[in-house]
Amino acid sequence: MGRALAVIIWILTALSVLLFVSGKWWFPAAITEHGPALDRQFLITIIVVGISFTAAQVGLGWMVWKYRDTGRAGDRGVYTHGSNRLEVIWTVVTAVIFISLGIMGQSVWASLRLHDAPAGSFTVEVVAQQFQWNFHYPGKDNVFGKTDPKLIDDGALNFIGLDESDPSAKDDSVVSSIAIPVGRPVELRLRSKDVIHNIWVPPLRFKQDLVPGMEIKVHFTPTKVGKYELACAELCGQLHFKMKSYMLVLPDEEIKTLQAMPQEQFQARMVELLAQYPLTTN
Amino acid sequence: MSEGNHEGVHRHPAPTGFIRKYIFSLDHKVIGIQYIVLALAAVLVGMIMSLLMRLNLSWPGTSWPILGTLFPGGAPNGVMNPEFYLSLVTMHGTIMVFFVLTTAPQGGFGNYFLPIQIGAEDMAFPLLNMLSFWVTFVGFIVILSAIFLSGAESTVGPIGGWTGYAPLSALGAIAGPGQGMGMNLWIISIAIFCVGSLLGALNFITTLLNMRTKGMSLMRMPLTCWAWFTTAVLALLSFPVLLGGGILLLLDRLAGTSFFIPGGLYVSGVLSGTNPNFPLHTGGSPVVWQHLFWFFGHPEVYIAILPGMGATSHILATFARKPVFGYRAMVFAIFAIGLLGFFVWGHHMFISGMSPYSAIAFSVLTLSIGVPSAVKTFNWLGTLWGGRIRFTTAMLFALGFVSLFVAGGISGLILGQSSLDLAMHDTYIVTGHFHLVMGVASIFGMFSALYFWFPKMFGRFLNESIGKFHFWITFIGVYAIFIPMHIMGIVGMPRRYSQFTEYEFLKGLHPLVVFVSVAAIITILVQFVFYFNVIWSVFKGAKAPDNPWEATTLEWNTSTPPPHDNFAGVLPVVYHGPYEFAVPGAPNDYVMQTDSGVEVTSGNGHNGHRH
Amino acid sequence: MATMVTGTKPVTKKGTGSSTFPGPNGNGKRRNGDEFLEPDYRANRYRIGMWVALASIAMMFTALSSAYIVRAGGAPDWVSIAMPRVLLLSTALILISSITMEVSRRNLKSSSFSGYGRWLLVTMLLGIGFLVSQLVAWRQLARQGVYVATNPHSSFFYLLTAAHAVHLIGGLLALIFLWIRSRLVKQVAVSPRRQATADAVTIYWHFMDALWIYLFLLLFLWR
Repeated sequence: MGRALAVIIWILTALSVLLFVSGKWWFPAAITEHGPALDRQFLITIIVVGISFTAAQVGLGWMVWKYRDTGRAGDRGVYTHGSNRLEVIWTVVTAVIFISLGIMGQSVWASLRLHDAPAGSFTVEVVAQQFQWNFHYPGKDNVFGKTDPKLIDDGALNFIGLDESDPSAKDDSVVSSIAIPVGRPVELRLRSKDVIHNIWVPPLRFKQDLVPGMEIKVHFTPTKVGKYELACAELCGQLHFKMKSYMLVLPDEEIKTLQAMPQEQFQARMVELLAQYPLTTN
Repeated sequence: MSEGNHEGVHRHPAPTGFIRKYIFSLDHKVIGIQYIVLALAAVLVGMIMSLLMRLNLSWPGTSWPILGTLFPGGAPNGVMNPEFYLSLVTMHGTIMVFFVLTTAPQGGFGNYFLPIQIGAEDMAFPLLNMLSFWVTFVGFIVILSAIFLSGAESTVGPIGGWTGYAPLSALGAIAGPGQGMGMNLWIISIAIFCVGSLLGALNFITTLLNMRTKGMSLMRMPLTCWAWFTTAVLALLSFPVLLGGGILLLLDRLAGTSFFIPGGLYVSGVLSGTNPNFPLHTGGSPVVWQHLFWFFGHPEVYIAILPGMGATSHILATFARKPVFGYRAMVFAIFAIGLLGFFVWGHHMFISGMSPYSAIAFSVLTLSIGVPSAVKTFNWLGTLWGGRIRFTTAMLFALGFVSLFVAGGISGLILGQSSLDLAMHDTYIVTGHFHLVMGVASIFGMFSALYFWFPKMFGRFLNESIGKFHFWITFIGVYAIFIPMHIMGIVGMPRRYSQFTEYEFLKGLHPLVVFVSVAAIITILVQFVFYFNVIWSVFKGAKAPDNPWEATTLEWNTSTPPPHDNFAGVLPVVYHGPYEFAVPGAPNDYVMQTDSGVEVTSGNGHNGHRH
Repeated sequence: MATMVTGTKPVTKKGTGSSTFPGPNGNGKRRNGDEFLEPDYRANRYRIGMWVALASIAMMFTALSSAYIVRAGGAPDWVSIAMPRVLLLSTALILISSITMEVSRRNLKSSSFSGYGRWLLVTMLLGIGFLVSQLVAWRQLARQGVYVATNPHSSFFYLLTAAHAVHLIGGLLALIFLWIRSRLVKQVAVSPRRQATADAVTIYWHFMDALWIYLFLLLFLWR
């Protein structure tokens, strides 16, 4: 029984590790500046995790293989209550490894979250609502028009409550997919109209809740042109699984022309662009 | 068997009527069994729900006629709709976490064995003990009604996941299906459950502090008792916070307050304050709910697993025929886990809009909680080292616990890092991680405990052959179910999606999704064999002697099953630590705690080493 | 943690009694030693249990206070409500009731049963007076049009006072129980168990007093 268990534990361990190293299913390629650093940190962590996992399972298997009861009369186990030296050694070693990992794990976070977006970032306001994304562009004047919840009217397609009487709102566009420039810092200002949503584009290596009552500012720098799927990653109700949109990362000039367009043209151009770019899924 | 016994005090005589004996019993042993039966019923419901979810995820759009009959609102014509799937998610999580993982380990086994293991004739407050069970039972009826009652109204149960994030959970029916009556019942059930757990925790702590028998010093207690005690402390300090949060949430829903609902919301085409269905709300903070919830929620996962750790240590030592390696370190590790457990709740909220600086503190603290967990693993291996392992079913499950605890816990190193959480948050790697560690590992601890203590509780063994079959399939099955989920998470599959059909980047994962479902179906089917084993063995199992496993602690000192006052009026006196196996020179390879005829110059406080 | 086994030999049985009792191994204290089964010690569970219960109650009010402080800190919609004057009366009543409860407990300790019962009754009446006074405060606010959902401060006011009142009603029930028992069960000398339950209820009652003072200060200073 002991040998069978040891073998099963080893097989399960090997298969688990194999699933991870086979590479059949893995991250899509990163498309942000912080992406490679995050991937590197992930790799380091998963190597530590993999080694610890394998070592513990192999050790466990070895114990049950080796120390099974042979049934010989009078044969007894080793009488020991432990060893302080060993306790100290493994406590210190794991503490050093785990806490260093924890501290290393802060660098990407710190580079993204501990300072505001650099000046001159491309800014988009994201307003989520149950099962739909709205992306608000400031237009030619680069100033966001005022919004007011009282003016929201989904029926009249004023999804974010844009105040038409505000001069800076005149050239604003609100569209249902997001286009951002490549190679420039992008700032998202995240809001929600109803419940908590979460913006999730896997190749961005990036996720953030959109919390009603708060405006959360986040930033990142995309590095690769393409069309990517955008999902909601916080349970927001019945059609959560369908709250889908697309993110287009475009050359800066394209974005500049887009930004200068009035709403109708902007929308039409987005439709063209979405059709033009194939979806990147890996 | 034991010398130096002294008189116990009978505080309540054994009842004779059926109702006082088996229903409203004051006897901690009966109450413990009641809790276990409740957990066995709850886990059946939760498991069938998970089966339905797997069916929907792998074969979306398929019609299951029986579902259409049972839930005409949730599965019209037998095809599950998204809101029904999400209410299954919510109910599965809530039932499993509260009514299985919190009741069976603590209320069940803790209730039955803590008093016996410390040499007491009952809990400190038997009446409170009875109340705590029946309050919990009412909570279970209420949570079931949340899905079944509203099912009859052709809507569905609550939607919110077990975390019930506000404002989705706070807005009421306006926020869509699953936010009406079912959500009220969900909150009320949890509030009731909190009260029941608090009564239980109060009892556990007082009993352990006040009622240890002569010679049962703290450092002679079995590790199970340490685990139950720490669990009780965690419950005592964390459930009130959830209760407070639940009251605030209920007021937001029913009294129109704005604790968690900010102003200016526009939900389902209605602006807050412009419609009687959606009163005016201003200024609340959804993040406060998350803080209150996770301040409870994180200790809760240790409430689920600590008793399993205790049982595993206990059973490993017994069947390895060796003292627990590093008893004192084990006790400190339990404390360290319990203490740190109160300071890491923020790692559930890295991307919730919380301060990025506090995220760093939470992240580093979270990684450091891996240290006592690793210490426990090392000591379990140390306990096996040099042992003479007897592979009973109980031992197999305890070994399975160690394996699963490592497999599930280790990915905490990934999820605990704020940077990596940017990619991993709310994906299937989280689902895989916590199911393996707090779900399945805890359940393995309970299986192990049941196979181990069943003979003491019912005087009959569980069938070992069926038990081993149950172990092999379940052990392989849970690996097959939950390890692939980690990979799904790396690809980026979000949790709580009723279908993965909408996204191209998820389509490649379909074979894995089907594989997991098939593994889940097989594993679930095998659990019915376990149920059969339990029911059959209660009546027909092989008769068990008083100390069938040649174990050392006090529960094996009394008759099988124990008499009403546990020790037949004579409380035992304790002379040794809890795990004196393989003592050189002793007549047997185990020295019972009450055995005054053998001198062991040891104890667990002496340093020096020799091994 | 390793163990030096200096030899294990069967020892002669010396029968029962503390002479062979090796003493607790870990903490060495005698708490769970010989006196373990003394009624005094066993009765201690009521006091221990009460302190444990209070830790839990304190935790709930801590959670609610944290929510209060966070809510008061950031929100533009915070409107402070005026303190109903009658709350000063409530405060006075509950303070006095704490004193009478203590007098009652001490009467029991010195086996003065009639004094014990009398002061219990006084405490009960003061407790009921407190609740009535709280109710009057609610009525006054309601008459001004301040309800539970009016603004965050009023929400917290109603919530915290109600939560406190529910706990106080629990205390009142315990007092009634003690009082009825004091009428029914006559003892010559007070039993440790009886003293311990009275102690536990007294601790609870003082805690309710302190909790009210805390809530009162929180609600009307921190706003």
